[in-house]
Amino acid sequence: MGRGMGRFLLKRAINYLILTFIASTGVYFLASYCLEPAMNLLSRHPRPPMSSVYSVLASQNLDPRVPVVERYWTWLTQILFHGNFGTMIDGGSVNAEMGRRIFVSTELLLLSTLIGSITGVMLGAWNALRQYRPSDRISTIVSYAIIAMPVPVIGITLRTIDNWMGSPIQYTGLDDPNAHGVVAVVLSNMQHLILPTLTLWLVQVTLFSRYQRSTMLDVLNADFLRTARAKGLPFRKAIVKHGLRTAVIPVMPLLVYNIVLLFVGATFTEKLFGWHGMGEWTVDTITTNDINSVAAIGVFTSVLVLIAGLLSDLVYAALDPRVRV
Amino acid sequence: MTSNNTPVLEVRDLRVTFPSESGAVRAVRGIDFSLRSGETLAIVGESGSGKSVTATSVLGLLPTSAQVTGSVLLEGRELLGLSDTEMSKIRGKDIGMVFQDPLSALTPVYSIGTQLMEALQIHQNLSKQAARARALELLELVGIPDPKRRIDAFPHEFSGGMRQRAVIAMAIANDPKVIIADEPTTALDVTIQAQVLEVLKTAQEVTGAAILMITHDLGVVAGMADNVTVMYAGRPVEAGTAEGVFYEPHMPYTIGLLSAVPRLDKTERKALTPLEGNPPSMVKLPKGCPFAARCPIAVDICREQEPRLVDVAAVPGLQSACHRAAEIGNGDLAREGMFPTPELSEWEGESDRASRPEVLRVENLIKHFPLTKGAVFKRRVGTVKAVDGLTFDIREGETFALVGESGCGKTTTLLEILDLPRKQEGSVVVLGKETKTLTGKDRRGIRRDLQVVFQDPMASLDARMPVGDVLAEPLRAHGWSKEKIQARVPELLSLVGLLPEHAERFPTEFSGGQRQRIGIARALALDPKLIVLDEPVSALDVSIQAGVINLLDELKVKLGLSYLFVAHDLSVIRHIADRVAVMYLGRIVESGDAEAVFESPSHPYTQALLSAVPLPDPRKERERQRILLTGDLPSPADVPSGCRFRTRCPKFVGLTEGEAERCRTEDPASTAMAADHSAACHYAAALEVV
Amino acid sequence: MTTEAVAGALAADEPTKSRGRGQLILRRFVRNRLALVGIAILVLLLLGAYVLPSILKWQYTDNDWNYLGTSPGQGGHLLGTNHSGQDMLAVTLRGLQKSLVIGLIGGPLTTFIAAVVGAAAGYFGGWIDRALMWGLELLLVIPGFLLLATISPKLAHVSWLIFVLLLAALGWMITARVVRSMTLTLKDREYVLAAKYMGVGSMKIIFRHILPNMASLLIVDAAVQIGLIVLGETSLSYFGFGIQAPDISLGTLIADGEPDAITSPWMFFVPAGFLVLIGLCSAFIGDGLRDAFDPSASGAKAKVKLPADGESDSQQVEIVSNTVRAEEGLAS
Repeated sequence: MGRGMGRFLLKRAINYLILTFIASTGVYFLASYCLEPAMNLLSRHPRPPMSSVYSVLASQNLDPRVPVVERYWTWLTQILFHGNFGTMIDGGSVNAEMGRRIFVSTELLLLSTLIGSITGVMLGAWNALRQYRPSDRISTIVSYAIIAMPVPVIGITLRTIDNWMGSPIQYTGLDDPNAHGVVAVVLSNMQHLILPTLTLWLVQVTLFSRYQRSTMLDVLNADFLRTARAKGLPFRKAIVKHGLRTAVIPVMPLLVYNIVLLFVGATFTEKLFGWHGMGEWTVDTITTNDINSVAAIGVFTSVLVLIAGLLSDLVYAALDPRVRV
Repeated sequence: MTSNNTPVLEVRDLRVTFPSESGAVRAVRGIDFSLRSGETLAIVGESGSGKSVTATSVLGLLPTSAQVTGSVLLEGRELLGLSDTEMSKIRGKDIGMVFQDPLSALTPVYSIGTQLMEALQIHQNLSKQAARARALELLELVGIPDPKRRIDAFPHEFSGGMRQRAVIAMAIANDPKVIIADEPTTALDVTIQAQVLEVLKTAQEVTGAAILMITHDLGVVAGMADNVTVMYAGRPVEAGTAEGVFYEPHMPYTIGLLSAVPRLDKTERKALTPLEGNPPSMVKLPKGCPFAARCPIAVDICREQEPRLVDVAAVPGLQSACHRAAEIGNGDLAREGMFPTPELSEWEGESDRASRPEVLRVENLIKHFPLTKGAVFKRRVGTVKAVDGLTFDIREGETFALVGESGCGKTTTLLEILDLPRKQEGSVVVLGKETKTLTGKDRRGIRRDLQVVFQDPMASLDARMPVGDVLAEPLRAHGWSKEKIQARVPELLSLVGLLPEHAERFPTEFSGGQRQRIGIARALALDPKLIVLDEPVSALDVSIQAGVINLLDELKVKLGLSYLFVAHDLSVIRHIADRVAVMYLGRIVESGDAEAVFESPSHPYTQALLSAVPLPDPRKERERQRILLTGDLPSPADVPSGCRFRTRCPKFVGLTEGEAERCRTEDPASTAMAADHSAACHYAAALEVV
Repeated sequence: MTTEAVAGALAADEPTKSRGRGQLILRRFVRNRLALVGIAILVLLLLGAYVLPSILKWQYTDNDWNYLGTSPGQGGHLLGTNHSGQDMLAVTLRGLQKSLVIGLIGGPLTTFIAAVVGAAAGYFGGWIDRALMWGLELLLVIPGFLLLATISPKLAHVSWLIFVLLLAALGWMITARVVRSMTLTLKDREYVLAAKYMGVGSMKIIFRHILPNMASLLIVDAAVQIGLIVLGETSLSYFGFGIQAPDISLGTLIADGEPDAITSPWMFFVPAGFLVLIGLCSAFIGDGLRDAFDPSASGAKAKVKLPADGESDSQQVEIVSNTVRAEEGLAS
């Protein structure tokens, strides 16, 4: 990879940075306009006086009497100069909460994404080789069914099945609050991972296998595969060495993209299985009118998209010699 | 050539059938041939004749849905019915294969060396170092310059010719007994084709292999083949020695094919002999001889009974499948004139060129593009000098041909003329009007008077529109009334030899030649003065080409048109052009009266180009001395100093140091060789090469 | 047509008069059993959603106080009732109405936006291309779910149509990219060049030559988008960010039924079942259309690889629909 590519990546990164900045700014203004944190305080009993409501809000840079541009400026300078995303609606630090939740989401998603990617690519390639055979037709129909199911439906179905079977697998929360001792907690934590991981795996394996299947089918008719066989490679070997190697090229950037974005969390799964990760936070912050947290999520997500975009470009270049000139 | 009597490859009654939506496609309906070591057999035929399927089935690489019957014996061992594992031990070892499209034949993600070493290590127990050493030897053998450096290059870094050399290296890696070459040079330029054919011959000498060559190009066959089999509708219709098939064909299809080819060595200007009609559908074959519908001498029995391939007594080794072969053989039916040749009407206008009005003048046209690299990471790395100072003019009633190999800038030139851009370096004057300064109204006028016919008749017609709409589109764009359009469409159709009721059909319902006629009809719709023809016949089969060329010739005279004809096929150009300009790297290196340029080519590039064109005449081909150009066309982003052809110039090599210095430093100007003939070479001298 | 013309057409046997392209596509489509089933179910669902409620004993607004939260079959409630005694069938049909309408408006709308933006960017190039693509990337960077959820409080009191509009506005980007890249190749096709050099205007070229030539992509995409929009709506409604009471959609029903999924499965699985049915049908129809438009690339029964003339955009369709799903999958 030459110097030209370095310059290109830099240009691309700058472009992404500008996009990220605009996106974050947009989210901040949108959240400030749409969400009304005053409601949280006003709905309390007894209802606090207006003046104290405003003073609480002002302490969190949420005072509706201050022009939104001014609040934005405070918010922005705090982030840029102090790395401080402000306070949550309940007074806690957004930074600290975010750190905690990123960790939780990562634990939940790492396993499912890794297994999902690998099994997806394998299943897709296998299906492509067996196009029109019963196994391919069945996995096509099953994957359409899974694609047609929203995540809550998958999750709840799994939960219900578990219950009908007499709840062999526990699933609410990260671990069993009654578990004591490191070993018990870790074991319980692993048991609690099963159902959400299964939910996420189902979604991911379906997506990647469909995608891999179509790129693989594309390659199956390629001339170079015929050349490889004409050289004397048996069918299977030619397919794996020349076909699959070429067919994963378009899939890999997508995989990388997804892996990076796993830190954003899985909204539905986390919510369903009581994991306090980034995804759950997204929903909670909006329902609690937590403008600072929503804005922080906005920044975090768009930065991740930036990183994911750049990384998938790099992976593409690493895999395909035609790109890295 | 060495040959012993036991054939290495013997094919008996090979039949291949594919299932399809509309029924079984009987792609090959029984073919026999045998091939001895060191021998070359060419299977010739037009698209869909079953020639490629034959080759692929020998290697057992047809899709599994294909039903293959008959027998394929390699040194007496039956190959049909072998498992994939068993076949894999034969493929690449005993039989090597070279495919048509070198662009897609190599895996894009592995280096050339890796792929070549793989071919070696599959069949031989070689260490990595040994394999690499042998790979270097092979690359050297097929003429890849600086193989030590190039071995680690990826396919996309190779030119088409270099890739095909690499594919040949792979095919001969394990000293095969048979090399199957499926249209090995069809995708290449003519000078590169000459190089690659040379490499194939070398490969054959080194390995002593038999070559099975699949091609549609009769010129290539004449130069390469010892024996020839002509296929039509899935069956051989004529087979024998090259000389027998070329000089004493007994089957009207072969006779027609040979007379339809435009020839570089025919000097008289007359119409080509078209072979009208299309090959039959392979799903619903008519009863009798499949060629009967196109055959001018067909009799009743031809429509009843399919003739078998039988020995022709008069010519040893020749077999023909024709009911009337005997009559052809004894001269009762003359080959000459068997297919009717239309009369060519003569141009009746002013014969003196200078006094005819100018329809197009291009002066010092320059078009440079930024050179970008990378598909994902696009960035500018230089300037492509696609067109670099081009000057020519076309006068009324003239066919002006722009010739050159791919990358010479001819298509750019054409687009630069058609685009009528407002910003342009140099000037383009169409029908007396400078395009840069055109007003809106004049621009519309030029859009009406200047029309275009494209190369690919499939791509140039919108498949969703019925032909009537296709023809009406230019009329509508220029505000014709409905009634006038309705009257004009049938008129246009009959002008190009189609029927008025064809207006309701869709382009896909027509054959390639008919589609190209529709494209021509569309170009004629607005009564233009100048038509730009971009490779108008290169996508067509030979037998259909002739009809389209004749039509163009006839229309020119009838409607007083002028043509700007862009093509790479010199034989076609020789046939149709009045004046010719040869382009190399964005410049015209030689131009003038077609007769003069073809008879006494004076620029070394023109000479090489002409000498690279194979003639469909085995004896002449064998006697010809070829001027082989070395290497590839330099990148138009990196034009050599001085004379831009010097890096490949055969003449440059023989120059003294002082003379050579001039070529290195001084860009040769165009100098007159005769009244209407000039060449841009410091040492231009006429040479007869055809 | 005059009799002469007919006679002429018969005499001219050369260009084989084949069935029109439309007929051929229809024939191939009809042969795909799954796609036919998809169409049939979708039509039945539509009919059921609009016709059935008027014949049913219970309206979705009725509360049957004798049967609160009963299981299917009891008291004449075919699919049971929920906790307020509403007939599950009536309520689900009501939700189905809304979800179907949202899908049928939103899906094609998404494709339309993608087609117009993509074709304009690809055909005109230059600064128009740069501006449109920049806006597209911006929309990709903005987290769509966050955006919609944040706006949702403000949408509570406006028409659900705005909500559909927003769903479409956030779903067109990937398709637009594909349309753009196809436009870039179509733009240099000879028939487009021919039209241009004959003096046909740019807008006319886009609508007469470019978009119709990717009709297959657009139709398939629209079919797939129907399912995706319905899914998107459900997901948002599930969290209360989508359709708001008193409107009912399958998403709100699923959300309502979720807490009781284990004890009273019918409250959850009835609407969920209908939802999955819509998604499946949309996928099957998309699949069938893709095969019908381009038999060489996938599905159709005959496996012969035909010479690839004409564009084969089905591969791209598959990739689009998968990528769209992948991006949607991010909100898992």
